[in-house]
Amino acid sequence: MTRQMTGAKMVVQALKDQGVDVVFGYPGGAVLPIYDEIFQQNDIRHVLVRHEQGAVHAAEGYARSTGKPGVVLVTSGPGATNAVTGLTDALMDSIPLVVLTGQVPTFMIGTDAFQEADTVGITRPCTKHNWLVSDTKHLSDTIHQAFHVATSGRPGPVLIDIPKDVQFASADYVTPQKARTHHYQPQVKGDIEGITDLVAAIEKAKRPVFYTGGGVINSGPAASQLLRELVEATGIPITSTLMGLGAYPASGKHWLGMLGMHGLYEANMAMHGCDLMINIGARFDDRITGRLDAFSPDSTKAHIDIDPSSINKVIKTDIPIVGDIAHVLEDVLKVWKSRGRKVNGEGLAKWRARIDEWRKVDCLKFKQQGKTIKPQYALHRLEELTKGHDRYICTEVGQHQMWAAQYLGFEDPNRWMTSGGLGTMGYGFPASIGVQMAHPEALVINVAGEASWLMNMQEMGTAVQYRLPVKQFILNNERLGMVRQWQELLHGERYSSSWSEALPDFVKLAEAFGAKGILCKDPADLDDAIMEMLDHDGPVIFDCLVEKHENCFPMIPSGEPHNKMLLGEASTKDAIKEGGAVLV
Amino acid sequence: MSPLKIKKGSSKHSAYNLRPQFSDVQETHTLAVIVDNEPGVLARVIGLFSGRGYNIDSLTVAEVDHTGHTSRITIVTTGTPQVIEQIKAQLGRIVPVHEVHDLTVEGASVERELALLKVEGEGDKRVEALRLADIFRANAVDSTHSSFVFEITGAPEKIDAFAELMRPLGLVEMARTGVAAMSRGL
Repeated sequence: MTRQMTGAKMVVQALKDQGVDVVFGYPGGAVLPIYDEIFQQNDIRHVLVRHEQGAVHAAEGYARSTGKPGVVLVTSGPGATNAVTGLTDALMDSIPLVVLTGQVPTFMIGTDAFQEADTVGITRPCTKHNWLVSDTKHLSDTIHQAFHVATSGRPGPVLIDIPKDVQFASADYVTPQKARTHHYQPQVKGDIEGITDLVAAIEKAKRPVFYTGGGVINSGPAASQLLRELVEATGIPITSTLMGLGAYPASGKHWLGMLGMHGLYEANMAMHGCDLMINIGARFDDRITGRLDAFSPDSTKAHIDIDPSSINKVIKTDIPIVGDIAHVLEDVLKVWKSRGRKVNGEGLAKWRARIDEWRKVDCLKFKQQGKTIKPQYALHRLEELTKGHDRYICTEVGQHQMWAAQYLGFEDPNRWMTSGGLGTMGYGFPASIGVQMAHPEALVINVAGEASWLMNMQEMGTAVQYRLPVKQFILNNERLGMVRQWQELLHGERYSSSWSEALPDFVKLAEAFGAKGILCKDPADLDDAIMEMLDHDGPVIFDCLVEKHENCFPMIPSGEPHNKMLLGEASTKDAIKEGGAVLV
Repeated sequence: MSPLKIKKGSSKHSAYNLRPQFSDVQETHTLAVIVDNEPGVLARVIGLFSGRGYNIDSLTVAEVDHTGHTSRITIVTTGTPQVIEQIKAQLGRIVPVHEVHDLTVEGASVERELALLKVEGEGDKRVEALRLADIFRANAVDSTHSSFVFEITGAPEKIDAFAELMRPLGLVEMARTGVAAMSRGL
């Protein structure tokens, strides 16, 4: 049985058949037929954002908090170009998105028509794949394939450019079941030889460490479950990248905390001193490795990743395993159990004792004193007052993001939405909107800096319109904090353009949008103010005035290895050498 | 390197040819990439090379299966062994790419390129050009009283050698197709 319908109707039907319940978007001339179809149905909710970049970040928040692909609908030309930052962000962090863009009619493509842009050309390097649909008869099939490509293998954003005449024309609708099978079928099962090598290494290792990343989250809840089982059974300490927080619970006894440039002392020292590094779904990013030629010099390195190109990209791997994390971990557990559940007990005990010595450094300690709120204290109190809640945390990018990763504890996967790879300021607020849409009853907090937050502040309109009670927890130091910190460390304290002179009154700003604003500047008032924020049923801008010159520690200065961390009290003078100064 | 004495490298099932260290020796490899013949696929491949800073020495492309709509792209590239492995893995990530073959490591292969050379000259030079063309088995596909267009097929080195010889004899223009390559045997 075939059904004839217009391209516009096909889009809505295909989204329904793919299980889509929310679309984030912004209308315009080239997508009006699709918006007309959306108007005439009730299965799919459309969230009108205030800027297309916001739509893509909101869809990212939705995707990361649910594990389902996020869907975006924007118009041609500026609608598509405004989506580029979000697409690049999603590509770097491997977030599944399906972005639909309108395009001028096929007969006008190439004529420099009004709101025409070469969308597939512009987005080719920032999508996993993209399509220009030139005939309605291919449209539904292409949409189904797009969902397949976005969600299989290493997930990522895909884009479908749909000319307006294709939306008006009619053709047969193809259901997902009848869609062509795509040849793109990445390998999910790991090579058993590599898995056996890894198990043999685990059995012998004296100083092993798990180094986990966003791949565990992307692989789905089963991967986190299997990871927890493996860690508990072997007793091997575990650290994670920024992207992987929550895969293993922060309260777990083998948890070392986050690693990397602003990672915990014990995590980085364990990475440096280990004899077996088991990388699970991370990619040896430069924020993690620091100086490459001094990176974990004495370890055998195993690397499990679904993307073959991640292996041996920057760090040479001794035991490469290409496959989906959940599939591979299941096999690792199976093989390890069948070989008698062996570990090097004596070595591990010594290793844990050494790690406990490192823990005693207490690298996150801070002293809240005086009348100014320390940002660490603000997050410490936020953690204490919200940790029992059904809680989702988003962040913007900068110092506050690192402090949030350090001071908040993540017990479950999909609870932490942050722009890792691209480092997109302005990500967190729209992302929190996407998360709240997916989890209407949950507590959604965006930990922000005032500078990042202003980059997408227009989304207050969206939050208020859809009554999304997102809490914008702004650590306001009236500075571009991370930029300022780097200028202090390597540009002779010349603070070039890193402070904001004309900040808005955030309380009045909230009120202007019809939301609630809370100002807090005294540590003594902080708990009450946070409670007031939590108790308010609606969006809140929480303007938390914090210490203006606080630096984020620990820090591995660029160009240095893991064991050369700067701790809070250390002298930062000349910490970064000439070679390190050219690195970002 | 490895204190645990774990066997280096991976299994025969793996695509990775792991070397003890990342070597900085530059190698030239010929890759055959089978892709869906769809709009933009060449741009994806070229964009990958430019975006990630890889070299293209030569690139040819044409549809080779008209019913299955697949094309074969032959790329000659230069890089360290680690970069070559990255190039192959990155090509494999492109959604319309079906297969990536490294003809340089997969056994013996033949490489051929076609070139057209326009040589202008009269008298002895013209006779000498014809004689050399005969030695190189190049055909004159166009001829006037003062010029030839030669067609020559062969490995890129042979074409380079022929062009060098033609230069003093009045080489004024050259067009080359780039390399097409195939593994020997089955």
